[in-house]
Order: sequence, then C-alpha cells, then structure tokens
Amino acid sequence: MTQLLEMKAIGKRFGHVTALENGELTLAQGEVHALLGVNGAGKSTMIKILSGVYGQDSGEIRLEGEVVSLRSPKQAKEHGIYCVYQEVDTAIVAELTVAENILLDSFAGGGSFLLSRQNINKQAKAALAKLQSEDISVTRKAGTLSLAEKQLVLIARALVHSAKIIIFDEPTAPLSLTESDKLFSVIRRLSSEGVGCIFISHRLQEVFEISDRITVMREGKRVNTFVTEESDSEEIIEAMLGAALSHELEKELHPVGDDLLNVQGLSDGQKLKDVSFSVKAGEIVGIVGLVGAGKTELAKALFGAAKKVEGTVETAGRETRINHPGDAIRAGMALIPEERRKEGLFVHETLRTNASFPNLRKFSKGLFMNKTSENNFAEEMIDKLNIKTGGTETPLVHLSGGNQQKVAIGKWMSLDSLLYLFDEPTKGVDIGAKVDIFKLIRKLAGSGKGCLYFSSEIHEAIGISDRILVMCDGQIVKELSRQEATQERILLYASGGKEETVKNEQLIERKRDPVSV
Amino acid sequence: MKENAIQFLFKYGAIILLIAIILYFSSLSDAFFTYGNFADILRSISIVTLLALGVTFTLVVDGFDLSVGSTMSLSTVVTASLMVWYEMPLWLVLLLPLGIGVAVGLVNSLLINVIGIPDLLATLSMMYIVAGLHRTYTEGYSIYNNMPLTSGVTAPGQLSEAFLWIGQGQMLGLPVPVWIMVVMVLASYVVLSHTRWGRILYMTGGNAEAATLSGVNVKKVKTIAYIVSGVFASMAGILFTARVGSGQIDAGAPLLMEAVAAVFVGYSVLGAGKPNALGTFFGAAVIGILLNGLTIQNLPYYAFDIIKGAVLVAALAVTYVYAKNKFAKT
Repeated sequence: MTQLLEMKAIGKRFGHVTALENGELTLAQGEVHALLGVNGAGKSTMIKILSGVYGQDSGEIRLEGEVVSLRSPKQAKEHGIYCVYQEVDTAIVAELTVAENILLDSFAGGGSFLLSRQNINKQAKAALAKLQSEDISVTRKAGTLSLAEKQLVLIARALVHSAKIIIFDEPTAPLSLTESDKLFSVIRRLSSEGVGCIFISHRLQEVFEISDRITVMREGKRVNTFVTEESDSEEIIEAMLGAALSHELEKELHPVGDDLLNVQGLSDGQKLKDVSFSVKAGEIVGIVGLVGAGKTELAKALFGAAKKVEGTVETAGRETRINHPGDAIRAGMALIPEERRKEGLFVHETLRTNASFPNLRKFSKGLFMNKTSENNFAEEMIDKLNIKTGGTETPLVHLSGGNQQKVAIGKWMSLDSLLYLFDEPTKGVDIGAKVDIFKLIRKLAGSGKGCLYFSSEIHEAIGISDRILVMCDGQIVKELSRQEATQERILLYASGGKEETVKNEQLIERKRDPVSV
Repeated sequence: MKENAIQFLFKYGAIILLIAIILYFSSLSDAFFTYGNFADILRSISIVTLLALGVTFTLVVDGFDLSVGSTMSLSTVVTASLMVWYEMPLWLVLLLPLGIGVAVGLVNSLLINVIGIPDLLATLSMMYIVAGLHRTYTEGYSIYNNMPLTSGVTAPGQLSEAFLWIGQGQMLGLPVPVWIMVVMVLASYVVLSHTRWGRILYMTGGNAEAATLSGVNVKKVKTIAYIVSGVFASMAGILFTARVGSGQIDAGAPLLMEAVAAVFVGYSVLGAGKPNALGTFFGAAVIGILLNGLTIQNLPYYAFDIIKGAVLVAALAVTYVYAKNKFAKT
C-alpha cells in the first residue's frame, strides 16, 4: 500500500518553545487516521504545518511519495489538502450564500472575473449531494446555518476541489449526538471514495468508532501509532498522558469538611439556568461539559464577573451578594480564568507585579508599595510552585504557558482564599506543568480549601475530582461520584443524552472496551 | 550584539540625545548655557508639562485625553473672567476653574465608561464641545483688565498682583511656574511609580479584563484618571492666565499636540516603554531645549514643527523597536 501522505521527523519551534520535536504521521488512501494527544501535545501544530499555515523548521512531507513544500494554505490546497477547523465560523463568510462559500476558494484565488451564479449554485449542489445534504439550500446566507451545517459546507468546499486529504480538527466538539452520527457517515463515505481523513477528537469513544489507525502524540513527539482494531482505550490513554500524569490522576481521598460554597438557583439570564450545587472544604468538584456548555459562564457568574445574576450564593454558611469580582475576592474566592493571557495575567508586566496585584494592601505601607515584601512573596511563589523563570523581574511573556498558569494560580496565595475556581487550568500547558498543577490543586484541597475544577478534558477531570457535575446547555444535568464517573457516562450526559438513554446505551455497546481512567 | 545596542539605546538614548543637544548649542552660542536661559526654558515648558501630565494619567489607564487643550482654554478664560468680570476673591478664582476640570473629566468618563464610546473619539468630541463653550462664554473675545463689555460699560475688575505672581513671580531663584511644575511632576512620579494607586492605574491600563478579575473597579479607576487629567488641564489654564496677564482665547489648542508629543517622547526615557511622569517632563524638556536653542540660532519659527515631529518620530522608533524585541513572541 503506497502511503498517500508521510510526515517525517517534523520539527517546529516558536522562539524558545519547541512545539514539535519529532512529529510523524502517515496516511493511506481511504484511511481514517485519528491524531490524539492532550492539549499542547503538538497536534494542532502538526495540522497547521500540513495545511500550510506554518512552515516546518525541519523534516519532510511526502505526498504520494513526492516531497512537497507547503508554505502557504494556498499551496496546501493546490495539493488537495483541506482542513475543517473546529472554529467553523472563522472559515465561513456569513454574508455570502452557501454556494458562494462552497466555491469561495475558486473565485478568491483569481480565475474568471465574472461569476455565473447559476454555475456556482450547480456546482455547490453537486458537492452537497455527495454529502447527502441536499436539504441545505445553496442560496441561503451561510450565517443562518447551524454549526453542523457549516461544517458540511466546509467539507463540500474541500470536495469541489477533489481533495485528497481532509483534516477534521475536533469536528464533533460542538455537535449533538445525531449530528455527530451524520458526520461520521459522511467521513465513512469520503474514505470509501479514497479520501484520506485525519481526525482529531478528545472523545476516545468516537475515535474508536471512526478511525482505522490512531497516532498518539505527547510533548511534540509521536509516541506510537496503533491499529484501532488491535488496541484498547487504556493503552491509548496511557500513551497520551505518560506515566507521570497517569500517576497523578490516580484516586486519592481527602478528608472533607463543611459546606464552603452553596449555590441555589443561579441563572444569568443568558446561558445559565437554575444551577444549584455545593462545595465542601477539602473537596475537589469537577464541573465537566463540552465546549459551550456554560462552564466558563458559571465560573464568571460565581465570581461576580457576569451581568444580572439571579439565585443565592452562600460562602462558608453566610449568604453573600456578589456583584463584582471584588466582592468575590472578599468572600474568599479566587478565579483562575480560562484565557489566562487575556483575563488572568498582565503578560507585559513582571512576575513580581503580577504576583502581588490581587492583594496590594498586603504589600504596601500606607499608600506606598513595599518592593521588598513584593519580591519576597514572588521568590516564595517561584520556589513553592516550581516556576521556571529568569527571576522576579521577568515579564511574563517570556514564560511558557505552564509557568504562566502557575503564576495565575500562585497570585492568589497571598490572600489565602478559601475557594478556588479553576477554569480549564491545563489548557495549553505542557505535561510537566500539568503534573505540578494537579499536585497543587490536591495540596490546596488537602489543606482544607474548596476547589472547583471546570474542564472539558474528561479524563483529567475524572482523575482529579472527588465528585463530578456534568453540565450541558447551561444546566447541571447529572452529579456523579468518583466511583460512578466514567468517560462514557460523562460524555453521554454532557451531550444532552438524557432523553436518548436507550440509543446511547446502544452506542456504548458498540464499543469493545469501556473507557475509564 | 544588535540586541544589546538596542537595549542601550532604549535606556539611555534619550538622555544621550539631550546631552548632545545641550553640548551642541553651548558650542554655538554663549547665551545658551546660562542659568537665566535654562530658567527661561523651564518656565516655557511648565504649562505644556502640566497638560502633558494629565495626558500621561489617561494613557496609563490605556485611555487618551484629547480634550485637555480645550479644557485649558476654558479654564484660562474662566479664570480671567472671574477676576475681571466678577471680582471674585483669589481662592475662588483658583478653585472654580479646577472644578471645570473635574466636570470635563466626569463627562469624558461618562461618555467612555457608561455609554461606551472609545476614549479617543469621546475626548475628540469633548475637545470640540469645550472649545466651543469657551468661545461662546467670551463671545469670541479675549479677557483683559477693565475691558469694554458689549453692554457699553467697562469691566469692573483686574487681575490681582497676588494672582499674577503665580505666573510671573520668582521664588528661591526660580520662576514660580517652574516650582509648580517640579512639584507636580514629582507628585505624579511618586503616585504613579511608588504607590498602590499607581500600580492599580498601570495594571488597569495593561489589561482591564485581568484587572477586573483581580477585583479592580476598572470604570472607577478610569474615571479618576480622566478627572486628574481635567484638573491638570485646568491648572495649566490658570497658570497661562497668570503668565500672560489676560484670558486669551484658544490658549490651549496649540499646546495639545505638544503635550501629547512630550508624553510619547517620555516613553523612551530610561527604558520605561510606557507613559511615566519623569519621562513626560523629560519629553517636554527635550522639545523645549531644542526650540530654545534653535531660536537662538535664528531658525524661523515656522520650521519648528519639523523639529518637533522629528524628535517624536525618533523617540517612537526607539520605543517600538525596543518593545518588539522585549516582548517578542517566545
């Protein structure tokens, strides 16, 4: 079998950070190849190199045996490599019709000046027909389509140009179960026609359902490639996480105390609907849901950073009015936001000023800043959290994602907060820092703090949490104890599977191995 | 090597340039390097520096106050009119214009924080409105001692000696405006660089979102910065009236851009890379010294703007090249 695509020893650095050290991937004609790895493993860098967004620093890409140079998205497309990105909206022009969107590349890249609307519509219809999606009207404005329909439009765009390789970058993340099923039948059809598909997903279950082979990446390297038929999920997870993190995600019990936080009927008038739960001292509560389930909104609403919040919040047994993050901080809360560069840190400022900012009064005499005590605190934090930095005066832009995240967590230490809200704390963080962060969260819980762990990385949440609340569409749909929590059950509830219980049980049975960590 | 050169240039470039300018002009003319001339230069930049300090505060919080020139104009004519038209006591004459500064700052922050107009556009609108107000207030005339009024009588009052001392007097060998400027520059420096308030101002400007999530009331902080800016502009207006001895109309308009330039030149002082009080003073000083020296050399006044622009470009180039290096994506 000649390989359709071979990526060999791909290396890519961004400044001092090595994103890819030894990326390898082979793809046969008509194969569905899953690319797996935790955040920061290098999957998206690989994909971006393949689709011409970045040029690789080293290594070669062979297409049907020939070495090719993919230095721009245009070149990649000319070689028949198309990508369906997770954020479909960035690739869709909302104001154009479906047909225009499908044929966008052919007229964006030159060609005849005059466009024949009839011709465009005809070609677009033909492409959609191949996907069995004739029900999408080609004259509709693309902005009015659902997410799933937009994905189909992007796939159709690739088909018009007789794509050889289509990359699916977490296509199912925003889709419902039925929509995912439909997408899978499209992918199967494409592969039967000889198109090579690269499939990226965080949901192991889907990966086992759709893929022929699985390549696992970790820390910028290919760990192993498995034939799906002959592998099981435990093997894959072990490969994804590595021994250190697997160990960190083993069950560990903390003594649990009284209620630290009690939320009743929280709504924000937009996403959140009637959310109620509690967190005890020394407890790590995982709040798990798919992208867009409302986790970040919940974290922000609790922290007073959302508008118009209804419901009652009790901290340490007392009802608290939280209208501004200032109130939340005074009530003993700390938020480690999802977008740490945008919301959590002052990346152009030094580590010292970042560290002291939440509690400036502690570091000032009267009105004047006391730089010595600021420095001492920063040093202490660097030491305690094992932060790799040039020193206390280094601007945070020079730190890696993991070390930045440690600062975003550590800056709350001076307040001795009672309740920590972690919103996707492992996003874009390397494995070593992840292990440190998990240890830190455990330590906080061990010292009697309450932790809320918001995440869409289900296996990580299962590993760290004492109790898991599953969110779907702004509501908490299920509470699972640590013993009850498995990847499938969480995924089922997170995709709104309550009413479809029967169907989903069938879906689960289709899998050969239960996935659990 | 290249990086080190840029580092060095960024940190000390502005100071080296200033010394070079001073040495150059000293070598050309004996009149330049004298105590009297330097006192003159400082006095000539005192008003612009006050204006620029206000702009500095708004730039620190990532805003931009374009209305300071107009606010200064309004303050100038109101100060003069309070004495010439209404014969008010000195303390009220000094206090009421400051109230005007507070009011303009409040309206600015209302437009920016409550309505949500971007800073630059909101203050641009206020620049026009306040400029129009001050011309309407005086009906287009400048205000001077015992001026004839439209009603046919002459105005009853005069600018008092005590008031004029603020702009024209001497104290401990230096003009009073210079003392006012020095005190204000130092006060701004201490507040911005060494106090909790300053830290909050800078952090708000650095990342308003992160500041909010650290418990800062960003709107309040911005409001305060705009009020401070308005008050500085009013002070500049009072000083201008006292210096000139009359309430000229449109006094502030030509000074606006000069103040803005001073702040941006200040970015490049001692590697700050951000608005800072000492840098602002330094920026005003560089421009002032350059213009003074060139005047002594008989450079025609109409060529001055070329010099101001060139200084600004040089300072900005150093600042941005440095920032590109310092914060390069890692």
